[in-house]
Amino acid sequence: MDPSSTPVVRRPNRRTVLQAAAIGLAAPALTGCVTSSGDESPSADNKGPTSADNPLGAPDKAPLEVVIFKGGYGDEYAINAETLYQQRFPSSTVDHKGIQKVGEALQPRFVADTPPDVVDNTGAGRLDLATLVAAKKLTDLTELLDAPSLHDPARKVRDTLLPGVIEDGTLDGKVYALNFTYTTWGLWYSKPLFDRHGWTYPTTWEGMLALCAEIKKAGIAPWTYQGKYPEYLNDPLLAMAAKAGGPDLVKAVDNLQPGAWKQQPLLDAATAVAELAGRGYLLSGSEALSHTEAQAAWSQGKAAIIPCGSWLEAEQKGVTPDGFDMVMAAVPTLGAGDKLPYGALQAASSESFLVPAKAKNPRGGLEFLRILFSQPAARRFAELNSTLPSVAGATDGLTVSTGLGSVRSAVQAAGANTFTYRFRTWYAPLAKAVDDATGELATRRVTPSQWADRIQQAADALARDTTVAKYSR
Amino acid sequence: MAAMRHGKYRFLAGAILPGLLLYAVFVLSPYAQAFYLSLTDWTGVSGEAHFVGLDNFRRLLDDRLFLSALRNNGLMLLVVPLATILLGLLLAALVNFGGRRGSTALAGIRGGEFYKIAYFFPQLLSLPIVAVLWQFVYHPNEGLLNGFLRAVGLDALAHAWLGDPALALWAVMAVLVWSSVGFYMVLFSAAMESIPRDVLEAAVLDGAGRLATLRRIIVPLLWDNVQVAFVYLGVLALDGFAVVQVMTAGPGGPDGATEVIGLGLYRSAFTYGKFGYAAAMGVTLFFLTLAFAVIALRASRRERVELS
Repeated sequence: MDPSSTPVVRRPNRRTVLQAAAIGLAAPALTGCVTSSGDESPSADNKGPTSADNPLGAPDKAPLEVVIFKGGYGDEYAINAETLYQQRFPSSTVDHKGIQKVGEALQPRFVADTPPDVVDNTGAGRLDLATLVAAKKLTDLTELLDAPSLHDPARKVRDTLLPGVIEDGTLDGKVYALNFTYTTWGLWYSKPLFDRHGWTYPTTWEGMLALCAEIKKAGIAPWTYQGKYPEYLNDPLLAMAAKAGGPDLVKAVDNLQPGAWKQQPLLDAATAVAELAGRGYLLSGSEALSHTEAQAAWSQGKAAIIPCGSWLEAEQKGVTPDGFDMVMAAVPTLGAGDKLPYGALQAASSESFLVPAKAKNPRGGLEFLRILFSQPAARRFAELNSTLPSVAGATDGLTVSTGLGSVRSAVQAAGANTFTYRFRTWYAPLAKAVDDATGELATRRVTPSQWADRIQQAADALARDTTVAKYSR
Repeated sequence: MAAMRHGKYRFLAGAILPGLLLYAVFVLSPYAQAFYLSLTDWTGVSGEAHFVGLDNFRRLLDDRLFLSALRNNGLMLLVVPLATILLGLLLAALVNFGGRRGSTALAGIRGGEFYKIAYFFPQLLSLPIVAVLWQFVYHPNEGLLNGFLRAVGLDALAHAWLGDPALALWAVMAVLVWSSVGFYMVLFSAAMESIPRDVLEAAVLDGAGRLATLRRIIVPLLWDNVQVAFVYLGVLALDGFAVVQVMTAGPGGPDGATEVIGLGLYRSAFTYGKFGYAAAMGVTLFFLTLAFAVIALRASRRERVELS
């Protein structure tokens, strides 16, 4: 669900854990500068002359510092965009940093008001967007969105992006982040496996249960899920609820409305997931598997279906057998009376790019983003990473793998019918409460109504908490 | 003479002061700042922090996850040091006195040195690596543990060890014990080697059994070591962050079953952007650790047994 849950995010390795441990010790040390700054004098805008070719007025000679999260997508795509920047501004220099712990590296620089010009704020150690906005540390990107696009000057940048991308970076009515990759969530299966058994992917939940019965008969577990991180199982649950209840349901949840989690479609969707467990359609032991372990079991054919976001294919590259040909499909609908069609898709953008408010060269930062979000740069990214960029049509005409192809067609089929929940980025503690509850639901330690009750309690507590900044949509 | 002594003090001061200074800057001042931060609402990115008094501590009392963290750390504090010390003592005694040479003399078992090295080995691995390895052992379908249970026909005992709230914390504690028992075995072993043979032989001649010898003679002579081990292991049990972060669901276990204070602190600071609140957890942990160390040293004080 979390748009920034890209492949690399949840894989704790020795380094991340050691660093985490080190942070625990170092946290007090970082705070040394907490009282040092506080003056809000605006930095010089450093604006060069604007022209049709340089609508944002990026200064030609000023150096540009770009910090990229070097995770699952590497940083070659960014270096490519930096080369394009340098071609346009030959007398500038670009300082590139590809790092893994963005938050750790940049937190002191944000506090001291000496941030870089562009930040790819992604990965497990990213800085919390809402916190940054509340502290007035980011540049409003409206001007960039209204500038003409680099590859098609007849259109504004905002008109070249996929649905939802601008909303994903909007906080309090202003756009502070622009997300570069486009993630969709659905259910994954191996097409050849389904063909071999003559199974058809169902579009309704009733059909899903019937199919699961058949799969079980064939001696394969129908579903597995990444039990150590129950949020993966939330995604189909919340998607089914969103299709049944429509955008109003999603809004009610995000806006922390009283009783939002007890809406009938949410209860129905929770019941559906509980039913998977109740009928024994989940691979046994799934609740203790990490995402890599569950996905490996699925790739080995021990389970037929797994819920995941569109990064799955790239993430499984090394362990998927040849001819597995995975595809992603939309989550089935709960039944007739759904407000959104079957093709509706949970989609959100991630890999979040920011221009800090106190950057030395904010104009250059904006111009860099204009280059990155142009079709040539985005297409290069898609070629390098088999992942859909958030620039519309960037993969048109590219020959792509089965997974990316299925994601691309799902996005086309959905059209404007995409939705996403925002509570996960707005209220991380609520997200944790939902994860915990869904983990318990899938192991049948709570009933669907208990599931709704305990999440509602957490949401109500959050709504009452005056120390948490509230957002609405 | 006086001048020389004066020179000596200057030399000592010169040697010690830089260290003290570093200690003050990098250890004491962060602590002091953490105390201050725990009284603010600092978010970690802004230059501003507002004073909120004891509000953060008051909120801790209503924080369901923090309370389960306290409970879990408490249980770990009871189980981990006790199990590790008992096992360590037992293994050390086996290695040193498990065999018998002739009719009376207690002697180490054959290959004792090998056992020491084998048991010590986990100590050489960093805790996160240990956690990753054990994650494989506990794997519900392909793990060694369930594989073994199924192989010997105990299918009913096979569990999703880390996915079951009733078992997850125990599975984590077992790993902590496993990873530290070797070190304490070697420590106790070294202490046991310094116990004069004639004392032990006298005990054997007087007809003391092995267990009685261990309980009445060896352990009292080792008491200082046991005490130190207890404090160290207690501090380890109050942490538990790395193992939980790597091994269990969430992380933090199914429904917070393995939540520990360190994890909540990390999450509050770096996921939720609440450094002030996290600092309050850190301060609480500091006092808990301090209180534990004081109580442990006081309560376990007993007459020193010395060999004259």
